[in-house]
Amino acid sequence: MKSLMDKCCEKCFHSPSSPCQDYIKCRQQGPLCHDDENCRARFKEFLENIHLPADSSRRQVLICAGTGCTSSGSRKLVDALREELARHGLQDKVTVKITGCHGFCEQGPLMIVEPQKVFYTRVQLEDIPEIVASHLVGGQVVERLLYVDPATGEKSLTYETVPFYAKQKRLVLANCGHINPEEIADYVASDGYLALTKALFEMTPEQVIEEVKISGLRGRGGAGFPTGMKWSFVRAAEGDKKYVVCNADEGDPGAFMDRSVLEGDPHAVLEGMLICGYAVGADEGYIYVRAEYPLAIHRLKIAIAQAEECGLLGDNILNSGFNFRIKIKAGAGAFVCGEETALLTSIEGNRGMPRPRPPFPAQKGLWGKPTNINNVETFANVPLIIRNGGAWYAAMGTEKSKGTKIFALTGKVNNTGLVEVPMGITMREIIFGVGGGIRDGKRFKAVQIGGPSGGCLPEEQLDLPIDYESLTSAGAIMGSGGLVVMDETTCMVDVARFFLNFTQAESCGKCTPCREGTKRMLEILTRICEGQGKEEDIETLERLARVVKNTALCGLGQTCPNPILSTLRYFRDEYEAHIRDKRCPARVCQALLVYTINPEKCTGCGSCARACPAGAISGEKKQPHVIDISRCIKCGNCMQKCKFGAVEKA
Amino acid sequence: MANVTLTIDGQKVTVPAGTTVLDAARSAGIFIPTLCHDPVIPGFGACRLCVVEIPGMRNLPASCVTTVAEGMVVHTASEAVIEARRTIIDLLLANHPQDCLTCEKNGDCRLQDYAFMYGVRQTSFHGERKNYPLDDSNPYIIRDQNKCILCGKCVRTCQAVPGRSVIDFGYRGFNTRVVTAMDVPLGESDCVYCARCVAVCPVGALTYRPMAGKGRTWEMQKKPVTCTFCESGCTFELNIKDGKVIGITAKEPGPGRPLCLKGRLGLELLYVEEPMTPMLKKDGRFVPVSWAEALGLEGVVARMKEVEGK
Repeated sequence: MKSLMDKCCEKCFHSPSSPCQDYIKCRQQGPLCHDDENCRARFKEFLENIHLPADSSRRQVLICAGTGCTSSGSRKLVDALREELARHGLQDKVTVKITGCHGFCEQGPLMIVEPQKVFYTRVQLEDIPEIVASHLVGGQVVERLLYVDPATGEKSLTYETVPFYAKQKRLVLANCGHINPEEIADYVASDGYLALTKALFEMTPEQVIEEVKISGLRGRGGAGFPTGMKWSFVRAAEGDKKYVVCNADEGDPGAFMDRSVLEGDPHAVLEGMLICGYAVGADEGYIYVRAEYPLAIHRLKIAIAQAEECGLLGDNILNSGFNFRIKIKAGAGAFVCGEETALLTSIEGNRGMPRPRPPFPAQKGLWGKPTNINNVETFANVPLIIRNGGAWYAAMGTEKSKGTKIFALTGKVNNTGLVEVPMGITMREIIFGVGGGIRDGKRFKAVQIGGPSGGCLPEEQLDLPIDYESLTSAGAIMGSGGLVVMDETTCMVDVARFFLNFTQAESCGKCTPCREGTKRMLEILTRICEGQGKEEDIETLERLARVVKNTALCGLGQTCPNPILSTLRYFRDEYEAHIRDKRCPARVCQALLVYTINPEKCTGCGSCARACPAGAISGEKKQPHVIDISRCIKCGNCMQKCKFGAVEKA
Repeated sequence: MANVTLTIDGQKVTVPAGTTVLDAARSAGIFIPTLCHDPVIPGFGACRLCVVEIPGMRNLPASCVTTVAEGMVVHTASEAVIEARRTIIDLLLANHPQDCLTCEKNGDCRLQDYAFMYGVRQTSFHGERKNYPLDDSNPYIIRDQNKCILCGKCVRTCQAVPGRSVIDFGYRGFNTRVVTAMDVPLGESDCVYCARCVAVCPVGALTYRPMAGKGRTWEMQKKPVTCTFCESGCTFELNIKDGKVIGITAKEPGPGRPLCLKGRLGLELLYVEEPMTPMLKKDGRFVPVSWAEALGLEGVVARMKEVEGK
């Protein structure tokens, strides 16, 4: 028995046209209605195919096929490994499986050998013969491919002992990297669709909503609206037709939580949507995925097809009388389409421009019908809550923010990747614990949280327990969960400019403050970075930011001044240095740099003069050289060429 | 419908439930400026000029899309509101040609009115401005994109008539503009020149060509007429200068009032002292045609001659 639709014997009748309500339990716990030796053996075989028992003599090699690892060549490893195994005659002893993202993309391509949980990093094609010969044949772990902690130099044999994973609490991401996302059997064997079965046969829709309310789950798209409350609004809304929409239009620069969940565990999202559909009384769902996530779309299509084939999507699901279908809508690449009303407008086939709220989608959403719209991560949390109970979930986190949150940790930290941590953890624990501290031993300066709508928090805010309210009061937002770490070499004015550049380009142009205001704020910031700042610029920025925040139509406009406001709040001195002293403290803004040669260090070798494209460097041979500031174009070539560190920039 | 009582600028106002704050304020004689609000197609909420302060709300809500609630307190002229409106006008002016002296809309322009009202003499931002070529590709409507403030009234009024939808928003951010399909000039688009868009434009972005250059707003007297070329009965105004009718302008289009080129031409023929020669598109080019052809009366006129000539 290999696939989920294989039957153990003639008595098993489940199919989409004649559904059996025990189907999922049957596949997870063994035969229920025809409990005999043969059928039990078939199930044992089915489950062991997916999760090897610890004492198994067989091996499973899991190769990450998320976007990150795929782009660093992991797909080639699958074929190469299969060929190599065939050469050793091990094809029946060792199965090679692809998995979704582990979240540790910078160490990719990643490989896990089960059941020992051995964790190999940065595996290349040429490593394959050695892995097969020494590990899979000889039982000797290939030491050089193990993860080395940059801080301590210690090697980790299994993925559980890698500090990056050891300090996380992976619930939503539990399956990511451990099951094959293109195989529904893997998901079902990992307790998949059990929550759906429980909701359909043991709970009323009201009880499902109550359970979600008890859990305290809040919208993971960033705004943190209580999910259970939203569901109850949609349930209470009048209408014969209702929709469930999954917002997978993840557009924040540097955020890839939703993508990894969709690529690594697509069925969890489908199951969350099914449970939601049952709870709110909807029979149709849409997943709005950005077209820039082709792999996620591909896997979702497979997942939907497999769920339909097994009778878990469609009419009369598991003989419960509940009908639900899911369609995929690929977004055309506009950041604003992540805003719920713009997203719905886009599904309707119009230009994705936000609509005023109220009416909220719960009352009048897609095609004017009550619509429940949640983010990918929100839906992925739902099966866990229904399976384990709301109280179990509510036991994690802070008073008002429960459960775990996935962050995309990027920037100047040692370990970048996807991090799932309980709410209430401090930023310090994430950056210095999970993230392993700042790269190259540099000094921490700020962390940008919440993407372009978020804010930059300084060192003194590092011990803040992370939850929705605390971040908002500190001038940032939870957002979708992007964390960009910055060190002393980052200029905060430049950072604000970067984010404004993004929001300005992504504004839909509908409302005046956002369309015109972001442009002017960006122009002022650009001027400051170019050394043309005026004394009144800070005041003008504050006024513009205040007005745009207060008057813009949608979340994009209302939050786009946050990077400016938070950098002005915590790093005002950098703005002042740019404007008053025409100096960039972080030495980033090119127009403000001054290159000089330290005569103490200069040996007069002349390599800087040869490298200078502007002919700004002169000097006698073996005598200290000088840079003519009026001719210097600040390209930095001299600094790169100098072997003696004599060129300095200020 | 139950009534709701709220306080606007200290004044108790009672309106039916479901009314917007904007309508409630206007019913009480309290002025709130709007640029994108179209009473016929409400609920767009784009220009944000009509923001008000409502204690308890997170930011400054736009009064045109905020529904009244019992006991609501509204401030339409608080410090924050005035600052917001001034800044928005300032931002609009920063991206709007300041050639009011020669603008067709001088004296009949909402942006000009509000700049005057809120004392925004000139813009405080000197950055990039729109610089699009003038679209005068057809004999009826001149589009000056540089003057467009993107209130979207033209887009909505065009989409309100089934089968028209000639224009919509295109591009993003600062480059957003109103475009035809594939962004071709209006003369090459499917536009039928009903000029509903011209009737609703609050600024000088759209000009009805036969009226261009014929006079200033304050020189004209207006006299309403109803078009009888079909059963819709759209209302127009005769523009009278020095006792002569120099042109026709449409009053606000509405449901069942589609406006059309034929009716407009017919009225021009009937009332205007020196009407412009009608032009129709043939093989993609505008050519002058006879009045009978323009009004679709060729067959009728020929038959009349036949019958009456007997």
